[in-house]
Amino acid sequence: MSEHKLTQLKALEAESIHIIREVVAEFRNPVMLYSVGKDSSVLLHLARKAFYPSPLPFPLLHVDTGYKFKEMYEFRDNYCKEVGVDLIVRRNEGAIAKGMNPKEFGVARCCGALKTQALLDALEEGGYDAAFGGARRDEERSRAKERVFSMRDEFGQWDPKNQRPELWNIYNGRIHEGESVRVFPISNWTEMDVWLYIREENIPIVPLYFAKERPMVERGEMLIPYYEENKGQLLEGEEPTMVMSRFRTLGCSPCTGAVRSSAATMDEIVAEAAAARRSERETRIIDHGANTMEDKKKEGYF
Amino acid sequence: MTELNIKLTKEIELLRLVTVGSVDDGKSTLIGRLLVDTKGAFEDQLLAVRKKKGEQEIASAAEIDLAMLTDGLSAEREQGITIDVAYRYFATPKRKFIMADCPGHEQYTRNMVTGASTASAAIILIDARSGVMPQTRRHTHILGLLGVPHLVVAINKMDLVDFDQTIFEKIRQDMADYCTRQGIRDLICIPMSALDGDMVAVRGDRMPWYEGETLLETLESLPVLGDIDDQPFRFPVQLVNRPQTKELPDYRGFMGTIVSGTVRVGDSLTALPSGKSSTVKEIVTFDGSLNEAFSPQSITITLSDEIDISRGDMLVHTDSGVEPRKEITANICWIGSEPLEPKKKYWIKHTTNTLKAMVTEIDFRTDIHSLQHDSADQLTMNEIGQVQLKLLKPVYADNYADNRSTGSFILIDSFTNNTVGAGMII
Ligand SMILES: Nc1nc2c(ncn2[C@@H]2O[C@H](COP(=O)(O)OP(=O)(O)O)[C@@H](O)[C@H]2O)c(=O)[nH]1
Repeated sequence: MSEHKLTQLKALEAESIHIIREVVAEFRNPVMLYSVGKDSSVLLHLARKAFYPSPLPFPLLHVDTGYKFKEMYEFRDNYCKEVGVDLIVRRNEGAIAKGMNPKEFGVARCCGALKTQALLDALEEGGYDAAFGGARRDEERSRAKERVFSMRDEFGQWDPKNQRPELWNIYNGRIHEGESVRVFPISNWTEMDVWLYIREENIPIVPLYFAKERPMVERGEMLIPYYEENKGQLLEGEEPTMVMSRFRTLGCSPCTGAVRSSAATMDEIVAEAAAARRSERETRIIDHGANTMEDKKKEGYF
Repeated sequence: MTELNIKLTKEIELLRLVTVGSVDDGKSTLIGRLLVDTKGAFEDQLLAVRKKKGEQEIASAAEIDLAMLTDGLSAEREQGITIDVAYRYFATPKRKFIMADCPGHEQYTRNMVTGASTASAAIILIDARSGVMPQTRRHTHILGLLGVPHLVVAINKMDLVDFDQTIFEKIRQDMADYCTRQGIRDLICIPMSALDGDMVAVRGDRMPWYEGETLLETLESLPVLGDIDDQPFRFPVQLVNRPQTKELPDYRGFMGTIVSGTVRVGDSLTALPSGKSSTVKEIVTFDGSLNEAFSPQSITITLSDEIDISRGDMLVHTDSGVEPRKEITANICWIGSEPLEPKKKYWIKHTTNTLKAMVTEIDFRTDIHSLQHDSADQLTMNEIGQVQLKLLKPVYADNYADNRSTGSFILIDSFTNNTVGAGMII
């Protein structure tokens, strides 16, 4: 009867804002995990919308492995200052000092130390009882069963067989002392939704998402960005070459591949995402190997 | 997607679906087919679950172990069963779909209730060879109870019954009879072969006698939210926004999601349960103030007068003749591992309100097979019954049949903090 209809993006936005507000209402000390990537950019944007005209009622936490691309650090510092949010950066300094790296220690151990352990330590140090993350259910199959409010025990671990059912849009925020929740406000967004929303809302993102001629090393099917300072990580016979490329997701420089692409504008990125035949996580080394996302999540990874 | 489609994606709507079926009816095959035919499954995810390894091209859904694509957890793959609701996403140029994929095993009724709670439409799988099974009736009953507005019955494996129209008509009649008895009105039956794809995304030419739309066309044309927009305005207050800055020293905004209806600047609103009234001064959003807002927008409302409103209160239009209540009758689907015990205290979370409640009486338990009402002293996991509840304080609630948001609640065990009950107010 009436013309009152929301587009699916606006419906997703409304749902995410509802979730973010519920957490602030029901938890004592929330924090928002901020990875500097496009999903984090969307999450931060939604949080700003949720509390307007007040500033964010919680800080951002960046778990830094020290291996992020330098464009990411620049973007993080500038953008957080520009929008006036409280940014906390935590690193596993012990492991970094010992020279933890994926090449010698393996991807699983490196991620375990620099991401999972650093995250758990930072959450404990801050005494946070709720941590927002930008994970989406369409990313990976164990995530398809993740709750919006995902319970973690005192050790920050996830038990997939013992999840609370989530009914309607009523979220159960009751926890015991020592327990915490991970909250995923953009659970129901797809990669396509994220790109469309960034385009529609003009959300700033790290320039690495846009195609440019960049020095790259080809390793099997992967395109690995080359930086002067990481020269030591080249394998036998590898040579950097200039490749027109971009990133579909951003992680640590030794473990994140780029894709060949000429998509240099938001419209072109959206068109490319629409035509994509492979999922974005294909460029992430962390997902390939015996230690799956499900295992990592049980241990406390996001 | 083509360039035209990309433009359209800005205007497409969201439809939430739930899919149910008994084991082996072909649910995984159907979902796999929908994902493949709408490109909701990416090639590397498909390659990871192919039956034959090695080849680079995927020719047909038959080559892919579609059940592997949809069974996400290793615990499930070990046991060869699906134990949890999984959410799937696919889109056409007209719509984006969020599909809750529910396991068919009886003991996982709770998952079905979860998946159905937010769905605007359900797909019920039936194997054409076996017709309407007790399990099908049980699922349909639960979907009816959860108020899923549209039921689409996928009568599958028509290729195994020679695409026989009489078999289809018989099943359609059985479902129609059952739904009529349940008070379910919106039923669409579609014959198909999920394996070969007939009537899923494409029509095929093997069932010329069927004149209805394909499954995908049906999903694209179902009304999204019923007529929620014509419903009365309901706004459960989530938080009060008080920036207390130099620029906004006295600002008090009421933050929340409009769960039904429409609100305009100047409307007279009443806060329940207090009964205090004022008018809407501003509808605030990050993107600028609005003259009117509607469900399901998340907004902030400021009022002309300073009245005391806090989280858990409900804003409604003044003179809507509604009263808060302390005693409610509800259908409960029990999902806790410990049984529901009368006289025990639980937390109830209703909209944004969490308070202590007690089940004073179990009126009856519904036998999910016969739909008979039995007397009961407790409800165990996966059982459904009608109960009387007494709340510590009055809340404003609608009947579930009128409003799925303000008519629903969850019960939380006050010791374990687990969600143990799903309630629908009558
Ligand atoms: N002939 C035929 N077989 C089908 C059809 N749909 C599914 N099947 C087969 O039925 C079996 C069970 O299907 P599956 O999707 O795993 O069922 P689920 O347990 O409901 O998920 C599989 O061997 C499928 O290949 C169909 O339309 N026609």
